[in-house]
Amino acid sequence: MKTTINGKEILLREEILEKNLLEFIREDLDLTGTKKGCEIEVCGACTILINNEAVTSCRKLVKDVVGKSVMTIEGFENEDGALHPLQQAFIDCGAIQCGYCTPGMVLTGHALLFKNNNPTREEIKEAITPVICRCTGYQQIVDAIENTAKFY
Amino acid sequence: MSERKGWRNDGYAKVTGRSRYADDMKFHNMLHAVPVYSDHVHAYIIKIDVSKAEQSEGVIRVITYKDVPGENRFGQIHKDYYMFAEDRIRGNGDVVALIVAKTREEAIEAIGKVTVEVEQLPLLLDPEEALKSDSILIHEEKKTNIVTHHKVRRGSVEEGFKNSDIILEREYKTQLIEHSYMEPESSVCIPRHDGVMEVFGSMQHPFSTRRFVATLLGKELSEVEVKGTPTGGGFGGKDDTAAIVCARTALAAMLTKHPVKMTYKREWSIKESYKRHPYKLNYKMGLDKSGKIKAVECRFLADAGNYTSVTPWVLWRSTVQCCGPYKVDNVKCDALGVHTNNIFTGAMRGFGSPQVNFAIESLIEEAAEMVGLSPMEIRKRNMVMQGDETITGQILENHTVNLSNVFEKVQTEIGFEEKLKKCSHGKSDTDELYGIGIAISYRGMSLGAEGKDYCSAIINAQPDGSVLLEAGVHENGQGLESAMLLILAEQLGIKKERIRYQCSSTSTIPDGGTTVASRGTIMGGGAITKAADNFKKLIAETLFETLDCTKEDFVFENDGVSISATGTFYTFEEIIQMMFSNKTYPYAFGLFQGPEVSWDEEVGKGNAYFTWVYGCQAVELTVDKVKGKVKLLNAVAAHDVGKAINEEMLLGQFYGGMVMGMGYALREEVKTKDGKVRSTNFHKYHLTRAKDVPDMKAIIVESVDPLSPSGAKGVGEPTNEIMAPAIANAIYNATGKRYYKLPIKIEL
Repeated sequence: MKTTINGKEILLREEILEKNLLEFIREDLDLTGTKKGCEIEVCGACTILINNEAVTSCRKLVKDVVGKSVMTIEGFENEDGALHPLQQAFIDCGAIQCGYCTPGMVLTGHALLFKNNNPTREEIKEAITPVICRCTGYQQIVDAIENTAKFY
Repeated sequence: MSERKGWRNDGYAKVTGRSRYADDMKFHNMLHAVPVYSDHVHAYIIKIDVSKAEQSEGVIRVITYKDVPGENRFGQIHKDYYMFAEDRIRGNGDVVALIVAKTREEAIEAIGKVTVEVEQLPLLLDPEEALKSDSILIHEEKKTNIVTHHKVRRGSVEEGFKNSDIILEREYKTQLIEHSYMEPESSVCIPRHDGVMEVFGSMQHPFSTRRFVATLLGKELSEVEVKGTPTGGGFGGKDDTAAIVCARTALAAMLTKHPVKMTYKREWSIKESYKRHPYKLNYKMGLDKSGKIKAVECRFLADAGNYTSVTPWVLWRSTVQCCGPYKVDNVKCDALGVHTNNIFTGAMRGFGSPQVNFAIESLIEEAAEMVGLSPMEIRKRNMVMQGDETITGQILENHTVNLSNVFEKVQTEIGFEEKLKKCSHGKSDTDELYGIGIAISYRGMSLGAEGKDYCSAIINAQPDGSVLLEAGVHENGQGLESAMLLILAEQLGIKKERIRYQCSSTSTIPDGGTTVASRGTIMGGGAITKAADNFKKLIAETLFETLDCTKEDFVFENDGVSISATGTFYTFEEIIQMMFSNKTYPYAFGLFQGPEVSWDEEVGKGNAYFTWVYGCQAVELTVDKVKGKVKLLNAVAAHDVGKAINEEMLLGQFYGGMVMGMGYALREEVKTKDGKVRSTNFHKYHLTRAKDVPDMKAIIVESVDPLSPSGAKGVGEPTNEIMAPAIANAIYNATGKRYYKLPIKIEL
């Protein structure tokens, strides 16, 4: 059985299928950009993209992504290391403070813009509501996503 | 590409997920530790049985107080915190043991195998009960449950009330709230080849952590090196508990001789970590017919919970700011913190001001209505202006007193006067009631008479012209390192790209005090400015003969030095090379000592803080009179920041503080039952989410403050301390009903 993570195909051994997906990503693949905040799917720190949908990974199992395409924050920038316009906008707009929610926020913003490249501020707020940010008050995150819509 | 110019030194790492927090670190042979709690709240411990846990798969060691080589009891003020419970459990968050295992899963598996045999004690949960002479004592050796009692005695309140035409008496209550940093506590400790314990962790203050670690381990301070990792939020909450997590992890590393990691689950974090103090505030205010406040008498009772933490300092700030930013000649204030069996309380953004501001800014509007003045007019008649005296006798003359300025700016921006006329006051044809509300504050900067206030910085230029900067303050996520870099770049007239911020270590720079009290930028920036002055002086003194000019001719600008007498320009690289050629290291140390403060504890008099900041916030909202739901429509804030260093980061402090204040006003509360926390995770602790937040407007007000060498002042806390009263006032103007308790639940 296989899954694709950040564009790379990964063979999954039978015994790994029941493993917690977030643990697999962080501990087995060492992709530590995906954060652990609550482990009950309410804070959004562990958000990843599965087939371009932003979803939490903390209560999923590895078998939930068999045959699917997963993207973590590590797979988001361009291959040459240049930042994606959404990531650059997060920096430019001051949308980052402690950075713990940032990977989940960036991926959630991307999933929205992928589906709707002209969202209203209210639509952006609704889309990022599953991800908690305690530092920024959200305003500059909304600005960053709004400013990047033109690239989608 | 973007018109916005935000910049942070860690921006790239944070947007790409490469920023390495404590839980992201791994070492060979690393073991994992987890805490064990009891099911009890108040009990004598008869026996802690770890034998079954020790037999559990993968378990290497189970640690209890008996294994502590140093001092088990510690605290920043009173040494009453037991890092491992000994003979008594004083709260449900007390840790009785630590399990160290090969994997985290195995450690967690063994938690249930520790048994604690106890003899139950009566619960003390009500702070008023704690004051009674026959109350059970939480710490018997103290002979009282009173942790602290601060006072202000100014003029005569009896006289003041005698000369008052109107007297109001009101009681307010504020709730227990959780910091909710998104990153739970985490630490990794490594026993080093030279006997030093190396400590990595998520924390606010590496030096405070070092004191906790060295105390528990029985080591010298020099034998512990604490290195901060990127901290996933603190808000005041990563001082004691985060330090204690590091100390326990270090003990596990010392006893097992392995690197050990301990990362908290959210449930452990909420159960064990200290919170913001719930207050009961009783106010009596007298005013004359013109609306002038004649007297204020107030009593605050704060639940300190089972340990002291920084309760005396928190209550002290409440005392100093008990009358809000108003001139009052007759004041009697008593602020008490008491022990109970509830979860202990300590520092949180605002530090004793959010509670007081909610009360006083609600009360002033009630007073206005009784006197027949507008909310604007009553504030104008009482607010502090340039040269006025605070209630503790401090003359506000050495900086710009900007209160009326920020107050005017917010009113103009939001159109306060016009909108105030449109408020529903409980009556509307639709389901929606509309209201607008405002609140103001002043705030003493930094620690004030709470503690010694100083900070140092080191500038170390390298032979290639790059520069290493270090300051004794710690990045908490707010962008402090970036602010420090920008201040140095400006002071030396060099490009910020030359400078790298040396990640702080307790072994390389003197203790600069904790990153609390909105003091990071003002104190760190002050130290850097002093270091830059020394650096420039050293260069001028070393090179003036070589360059055939005077020491006064050196102008540091344009990424180099211009010699004013000759007009010759040297690049920074050339200057640094000349320094090395002259066998002089381009290295400077700078120390910033906070200007003198004073305090007389008996009467509550003195120059409490060396400088002050001023703020105003207003909010518009609707209340659904059928569902009782409050919808925020708009929020505006103006704060005097001294000087803006990094605009986008500064705006982030505004918005973040305002939104945290919205949660304080409307939804956040740690629920407890019989001393146990019931809001165990974010499904039961309701934080403000993006859809709850209106678009906000931030007005940055700058002013000259000679007391801050870099010109910058703090802003993290001011932005968080007046949103709740602004919302309370708006809800009153919408519904016609005044709420005295946070969080506000609309009564239908």
